[in-house]
Amino acid sequence: MSRSSEEVLLIVNHVRQKKTDGTMYLMGERLAWMPGGKDTFTISHLYADIKSQKISPDTKDKVQLQLVFNDGGANTFHFNNPEGRPAMIKDRDSVKEILQQLLPKFKRKISSELEEKNKILQENPEIFQLYKDLVVSQVISAEEFWSTISNKLASSSKVSTPNQTVGVSPAFLADIKPQSDGCNGLKYNLTADIIESIFKTYPMVRKKHAESVPHQLTESEFWTRFFQSHYFHRDRMNVGNKDLFSDCAKNDEEEMKEEMSKQVKNPMMDLTTISDNSLGEEYRVISEGGARKSANQINVSMIKRFNHHSTMVLKASVKSLPSTSTDEPPHKKRIIQEMIQFEDLEEESKKDSVSLRLDKMERYLHGPTPVTACRYTSSQTVLHASQTVNNDINTWSLDFNNILTGNSAVGVLGELSPGGALMQGTSHQQLHQMIPKDIQQEIRQQYSALCELLRHFWNCFPVSSKFLEEKVVKMRSTLERFQLAKLNPLKDKLNENHYNINLMGHLEDMLSAAYTKFDTWQMKKKTKR
Amino acid sequence: MKLNIDGLLVYFPYDYIYPEQYLYMLELKKSIDAQGHCVLEMPSGTGKTVSLLSLVLAYMKANPLEVTKLIYCSRTVPELEKVVEELRNLVKFYETETGQEQQILGLALSSRKNLCCHPEVSQSRDGKTVDGQCHQLTASHIRQKHKHNTDIPVCSFYEDFDAHGRDTPLPPGVYNLDDLREYGRTKGFCPYFLTRHAIHHANIVVYSYYYLLDPKIAEQVSKELSKKAVVIFDEAHNIDNVCIESMSVKISKRTLERCSNNIESLDRHIKRVKEGDEKKLKEEYNRMVEGLREANIQRETDVILANPVLPDEILQEAVPGTIRNAEHFLSFMKRFLEYLKSRLRIQHVVSESPPSFLKDCAQKICIDRKPLRFCAERLASLMRTLELTDMENFSALILLSNFATLVSTYAKGFVLIIEPFDDRTPTISNPILYFSCMDASIAIKPVFDRFQTVVITSGTLSPLDMYPKILDFRPVTMATFTMTLARTCICPMIVSKGNDQVAMSSKFETREDVAVIRNYGNLLVEMCGAVPDGIVSFFTSYIYMENVVGVWYEQGIIDQIQKRKLLFIETPDAAETSLALLNYQKACENGRGAVLLSVARGKVSEGIDFDHHYGRAVIMFGIPYVYTQSRILKARLEYLREQYQIRENDFLTFDAMRHAAQCVGRALRGKTDYGIMVFADKRFARADKRGKLPRWIQEYLTDNLCNLSTDEGLLVAKKFLRQMAQPFSREDQLGLSLLTLEQLQAEDMQKKLESKMQYL
Repeated sequence: MSRSSEEVLLIVNHVRQKKTDGTMYLMGERLAWMPGGKDTFTISHLYADIKSQKISPDTKDKVQLQLVFNDGGANTFHFNNPEGRPAMIKDRDSVKEILQQLLPKFKRKISSELEEKNKILQENPEIFQLYKDLVVSQVISAEEFWSTISNKLASSSKVSTPNQTVGVSPAFLADIKPQSDGCNGLKYNLTADIIESIFKTYPMVRKKHAESVPHQLTESEFWTRFFQSHYFHRDRMNVGNKDLFSDCAKNDEEEMKEEMSKQVKNPMMDLTTISDNSLGEEYRVISEGGARKSANQINVSMIKRFNHHSTMVLKASVKSLPSTSTDEPPHKKRIIQEMIQFEDLEEESKKDSVSLRLDKMERYLHGPTPVTACRYTSSQTVLHASQTVNNDINTWSLDFNNILTGNSAVGVLGELSPGGALMQGTSHQQLHQMIPKDIQQEIRQQYSALCELLRHFWNCFPVSSKFLEEKVVKMRSTLERFQLAKLNPLKDKLNENHYNINLMGHLEDMLSAAYTKFDTWQMKKKTKR
Repeated sequence: MKLNIDGLLVYFPYDYIYPEQYLYMLELKKSIDAQGHCVLEMPSGTGKTVSLLSLVLAYMKANPLEVTKLIYCSRTVPELEKVVEELRNLVKFYETETGQEQQILGLALSSRKNLCCHPEVSQSRDGKTVDGQCHQLTASHIRQKHKHNTDIPVCSFYEDFDAHGRDTPLPPGVYNLDDLREYGRTKGFCPYFLTRHAIHHANIVVYSYYYLLDPKIAEQVSKELSKKAVVIFDEAHNIDNVCIESMSVKISKRTLERCSNNIESLDRHIKRVKEGDEKKLKEEYNRMVEGLREANIQRETDVILANPVLPDEILQEAVPGTIRNAEHFLSFMKRFLEYLKSRLRIQHVVSESPPSFLKDCAQKICIDRKPLRFCAERLASLMRTLELTDMENFSALILLSNFATLVSTYAKGFVLIIEPFDDRTPTISNPILYFSCMDASIAIKPVFDRFQTVVITSGTLSPLDMYPKILDFRPVTMATFTMTLARTCICPMIVSKGNDQVAMSSKFETREDVAVIRNYGNLLVEMCGAVPDGIVSFFTSYIYMENVVGVWYEQGIIDQIQKRKLLFIETPDAAETSLALLNYQKACENGRGAVLLSVARGKVSEGIDFDHHYGRAVIMFGIPYVYTQSRILKARLEYLREQYQIRENDFLTFDAMRHAAQCVGRALRGKTDYGIMVFADKRFARADKRGKLPRWIQEYLTDNLCNLSTDEGLLVAKKFLRQMAQPFSREDQLGLSLLTLEQLQAEDMQKKLESKMQYL
């Protein structure tokens, strides 16, 4: 069972499973266990199947590691190193660490791919039907099927993703509501999302976290300190320097200063240059109520913090905004022109509108839309229209030149009625009334399946590569198989019901067209040789 | 289109016109015809600037002898640049319509820091530093020295300009600040001095208020401008404060300390000169004896600040003998400085008039009024004689000499206040001497006297009759225009109580009340949930805002706001606020929405527009009364009552309401825009407050919107926003708020327009 190519990452002896001693192997893609004295693995789990691992608490006697699988099952290993408990724990931890590193890799890869496929199938009933028809009935392989489908879907979704990073809620800090634990303590619930938000908005905290977490503090200690810090409580002042986050606030200030200096200055918004007066303060007696100093230092720093917070939240969501202003003066001129322009005074307003890019069209369309979408018309146009109609009616007169005689008109009418000479081959009954629902359904399915196959087939032309050449041959045989397995039974079934119309005609036509194409291609190929 | 405004052919660079623009031009023409002044109020965003420019330009073309120049004053640099761009569009339109090149020269003038193109000097962002460095390179004695010793650096741009620039006139066209810099750079001329030279023959000059109102600057820049000019003060709702500031001085203890240092270093300089070249000082002395006016011989580059008093107050006689000698003058200054130091060593507040100050001064240190009046001029002369280059280091002493001249020149309309400490921190000694002008008409009087037409205009000038009173002039027309709207795109409302029926008000007794602050918070939170994109809210002062934010944090209101929108807050630091503004705009643009907490009378409320999605709602928390305990304000109120019979309360309300209107008006910048204006104070509903709002806001502030609770206000806002979301096309506007040429000329429209005018 063990493949030589599989790299063995770790071998741990003295591992018990179901009371049998054995050896655990951690390999590139799976975890395996071999009972003592044998040379085959009795247990083998792909990492991809493992959902999570659990370890026994330190208080327990046994040193154990449990693997939980995606399908809900579990398997427990007992580390039983004769050298004593520390050695057992060491064994277990080494396994744990490796698993910790490996599991996420496999998990993400597998699940994301599967999930996507699953989603596609769920969202698109047509593709699901095709999948059933083609893959389940083994006309083409699943891989081949997905190669075209996922290609189509993934590529379209990929285009829109890069600009659409999810932003951070500005109130994420407020969302962490502390709960009283009853005895003078507070409990904060942190989720991965919140932590991610904190890291995104406050890179300094991320840095601190990376610096101190495994080495000096545990995860929970770190967050406890965070919540205790003045940094989290914005109305507290930074008193001592003992606080882990004391330099964060300083860093924030520097960050803001940097922002201030590097911002491409919008000349219209820059308050520092707005006033055209080089006289100093000493001549400004009425320096408005605004400039008076405030008494409350806490509030001042709090206001700064709010500004910083909002700035960082904004920055977290717009990561790589291309700088729009390369040249200042023309840029400035454009801004001014925009500001002074009165669009409603001008003859025609230029319409360089941005087209909407919607992920979910329905959501947009199901918004508050009026029942009858009417174009807005002014009363003037309405009056004008009614006037024209009135005019037309008043001036209307018969035109006798282009009128048939009564006899010939009746004749033509008769020919055009059902049963008439021009209407042969039509019946009174409509097709969809004649044929039962289930057969309609089946024909529709076969149509879409065949179309899909034909699409694959025609995609191969012009046959430019070896790969395509192989594929076209394969497709031809697939088509034949499809005809045998699906179309012919359907044809027989239809024949049994004795419909006088050939419902399969077009399907067969399409197939024969494909065959002819294939034959001519093969002929050409042969002659070339 | 080409309009006929009362017999004048006006090129208007658009295909349609708002009715109020037409009316505005009619009024403007009337006052230019009458060669008188006018006060015009027209809502922001209805194209005031383009109407002004079109009409005045057309008038200048039709009557080149009667009006030769248009001087357009605005407040901020961006505003100036906007005006110039509008002018550019207009001139372009003239050219396409007439098919000829226009011989119009229009340009913007700004301080050195915005025009300088010297590679090193222009690097500095501080205006004072640029001025100082420029002076170091261009002062006449430096240039003189440079002729003998080429190692002494001079500014090549200025040298080139001085050599050739005066004779090469700027080709006709429209020049913005950037264009001037570019032109200067290519030609090698100093843009600043080029522009200062060019404004004398330009048809249209765009610059800031200070160039006309502040005697220290106006004297050197605008002195020789043609009198046959139309002067426009745009955004003039604050013009009285600019007038007052340009005549006032503030001296702190630190200033005095720096003065002592300055005097010492001047002393050293005098000694140095005396040893080396006593002739210079002698010459100066002789000049003084002969009473030669300095102004006649000084060069443009030598002066940064001219005499602080108005030109007709400057004495036309020789400098008195006591301060002619440089050393005597220094000891004179030293004595005066010591006197001021002693005055600042007090424990109680002093408020006195200039005559009583002078009397005390004469008694204590025997300094008369007359030599004091010459202080500014004498110091300037001395510094020139000593060939000092680092003018900015002597700013303290210059300030002191300015004060001396001002206090001895004006006996009326000024007050001198010495405060030993700030009112909020009575324990910390921080003595400051304020010498404040109380009469705005003093500084603007020469402008009214000199130029034939002065237009005071803004979006918010109500109540109009206040301005002629406080500026002391007689306008020939005063008019206010409303905004004709095809759809009601403004939604003013007065929210007077919270859902718990507790009245909302920022009045002193209740402003710290937790219930009031919570109600304010709830109002903002609810609005955040209902209004898309940007919301701007204004507080009455920084201190109040800080307190409220602190309480909001404790009450969890900040968290609720942050759940809905990003929060940005104005701070006293301009750079910080700019960054917050930038991010605020970003957040509005990318759809997250944001709230900006800001302050009435602050930088944001004065200079930044929140058009379209940048401000869908403005909330005014409380009435932005000025800090009424300020002694300067009290003195001014008293003066206004005695001199102009303006009641204190009237003035305070007027001042508060103009700032409130200014704040809420920031949200609406045109007819396609829409915005909610929430006045969150029950006092707004009172007739004396409501009646002082601009007419274009009052019109839509009906009685049923005047006493709402938070919930009711929210309902109104939601309904309004739904209406605004409906499609709106040009056809709806046409004939109502937008006119074609034919419609404008139709007889019934003319009648309708006539009935719309409201004179005051």
